[in-house]
Amino acid sequence: MRIPILKLHNYLLISIQIDLDDQSAIQFQEDLLNEIHKSGATGVVIDLTSVDIIDSFIAKVLGDVVTMSGLMGARVVLTGIQPAVAMTLIELGIHMHDVPTALDLEQGLIKLRQELEG
Amino acid sequence: MDFKPCVTIRKEWDIVGARQLGRKHAKELGFGTVDQARIATAISELARNIYLYARTGTICFEVIDELDKKGLKIVAKDNGPGIRDISQVMQDGYSTSGGLGAGLPGVKRLMDFFEIRSDSEKGTEIEAIKWLR
Repeated sequence: MRIPILKLHNYLLISIQIDLDDQSAIQFQEDLLNEIHKSGATGVVIDLTSVDIIDSFIAKVLGDVVTMSGLMGARVVLTGIQPAVAMTLIELGIHMHDVPTALDLEQGLIKLRQELEG
Repeated sequence: MDFKPCVTIRKEWDIVGARQLGRKHAKELGFGTVDQARIATAISELARNIYLYARTGTICFEVIDELDKKGLKIVAKDNGPGIRDISQVMQDGYSTSGGLGAGLPGVKRLMDFFEIRSDSEKGTEIEAIKWLR
């Protein structure tokens, strides 16, 4: 299953609305990097509002895509992590210290604008 | 309530199937959102271990209904190569697959009961229980 990536000015917006299997997660990683390359986007918001489970594999893919996008010069913010998902991740032992996050899409865009446009 | 007790793990997508079924059982039993997420995540880790290390196996569910407590038991079973050093895989950050190494110790923290049996001939069996509060 392909996850749609929307372009809005200099930003890319993604809302993950499917139960991510490993293959879709990897595919998404590749699609996003290609889209950053093609569009020249400087900021990315990945919204996880509809995601009700993040296991260690998906966490790794998300953490990696943030780092990979950073290498290409694009800043990624993860938004909308559900309370149950946040609790589960920490209990699982996954802290995602270096991953920028925001409460929701709106806050994520504000955060990007502050960081990218000063 | 139709209760499907087992999922066979054979392909990668079965990991998703197993955790979705586990979440459904947990919800029907009356677990709250956070416990549903804990249970689904634990199943995802167990199913992925089967897929990565043994190729095939099963995840089975059992409702425990005792006088004083109720819970959901998950049994993950495979006929894979077994785990040579259990204490090693129960250490945080240990991984042979290039993952985050959160797997089994993480599952133990997410669940209330956790037991692992493994040998090189019979494979690995992990039992985990979440009690309904």
